Amino acid sequence: MKTTITVNGQARALDLDPRTTLLDALREELDLKGTKKGCDHGQCGACTVLVNGVRINSCLSLAVMHDGDAVTTIEGVGTPDALHPIQQAFLKEDAFQCGYCTPGQICSTLGMLKEVADNWPSQATEDLAAKIELTDAEIRERMSGNLCRCSAYPQILAAIRSVAEAGA
Amino acid sequence: MRPFTYERATDVEGAVRAVAGNPDARFLAGGTNLLDLMKLEIERPTHLVDVGRLPLSAIEATAEGGLRIGAMATNSQVAADAQVRALYPVLVQAIVAGGSAQLRNKASVGGNLVQRTRCPYFYDTTKPCNKRVAGSGCSAIDGLNRSAAILGASEHCVATHPSDMAVALSALGAAVETVGAKGQTRSLSVDALHRLPGDTPQIETELTAGELITAVVLPPPPAGGQVYRKARDRASYAGGLAMAAVAGNQVALGGVALKPWRALKTEAALAAGASPSEAAKAELADAEDLGRNGFKITLTARLAAAAITQAQGGEA
Repeated sequence: MKTTITVNGQARALDLDPRTTLLDALREELDLKGTKKGCDHGQCGACTVLVNGVRINSCLSLAVMHDGDAVTTIEGVGTPDALHPIQQAFLKEDAFQCGYCTPGQICSTLGMLKEVADNWPSQATEDLAAKIELTDAEIRERMSGNLCRCSAYPQILAAIRSVAEAGA
Repeated sequence: MRPFTYERATDVEGAVRAVAGNPDARFLAGGTNLLDLMKLEIERPTHLVDVGRLPLSAIEATAEGGLRIGAMATNSQVAADAQVRALYPVLVQAIVAGGSAQLRNKASVGGNLVQRTRCPYFYDTTKPCNKRVAGSGCSAIDGLNRSAAILGASEHCVATHPSDMAVALSALGAAVETVGAKGQTRSLSVDALHRLPGDTPQIETELTAGELITAVVLPPPPAGGQVYRKARDRASYAGGLAMAAVAGNQVALGGVALKPWRALKTEAALAAGASPSEAAKAELADAEDLGRNGFKITLTARLAAAAITQAQGGEA
């Protein structure tokens, strides 16, 4: 089935079996291996990408559902020579060990900071009428869809906090 | 995943026709539940009709002073909406208690209502399950039934409905609007949407073949406080063992049955002057302990009492 998806700013024409998930299209058809397959059931967040600026699990979406959409993967966030501030912060704070969950963590962080800027509430939001304050409890709650089996959570929190404070 | 064909619907009538005419066709909205179940071959549609881009995502005020929420609005859009936050905080709290941000960004309101149970035996294709294979038996009744229903179950099924959002919608007295196979529209209350298992647990809702939920309609909020509480094994991103939604004098429970459970006995007890604790216990007088889920009876009563107390302005 013919599908065109704009991936990291480039229109990519694909001809896919409808069963192909967005995750598999990115990895196997477009050779963008930065997006990781962890559980493949929406439980771990390793496959998190941005679709039209919003974070989703790419394993729980069919590529054909995204005809005309704009997808950002970790390859579109930064390059080894020009790291995104979030990538720099993860390095500086030592926010990973094996690194497998890291692309998902970073894409998720990008989406999360936009959600906070847009004042979307979370379970940690006490006052639905107030402007959201990005407390540690808010960051932890908002990042709960991204698991890290090396348990680098304190460092991930520190990295996100440093980026959020620098951007504020 | 089994092979299937895919089409993107361009209008509601066409979508409904495509699904109504093919018993193995399914609507696809966000896909967060359906695609997961298709990977496990629990759902095996041969045709998917993608309704995700139908123009059904608006959130609008109704003439009655409530809101109409399009069925294709994402869970996140509803929780972020200024009107929803101002009028129905219990709905916002319920939505953000469900899933992860990534799932809520994709999952639709309509899909949330018709998502399927998380009973471990429904997911275990090596075990009997009357929901998955009608007539095969229920493995949960004598099995690992810690999360199983305590109200409204049958000898054929003791599963629970997993939605947080639906519990708040029940407490708020919401209704769904649908379009049926012949293009006819109807409205039915969220409380009337889901069925109890009885002897046909494989039939989960009152929706007919091809009938599509197009909107959720909220009546004006009842007077009084609104609170959503959820008890679970982790602090975040886990299904609920017990949920309670309170909107004024209206109370609904979650995690207790195969549908969001409007707690009419609790409401009657409150109206008769009972304490929150007595009123919560009234609903659970007939609750059944299957062996491993008995703790949910106490947990649900305490959680509901705390939510009622909090909604009344007390410390809980």
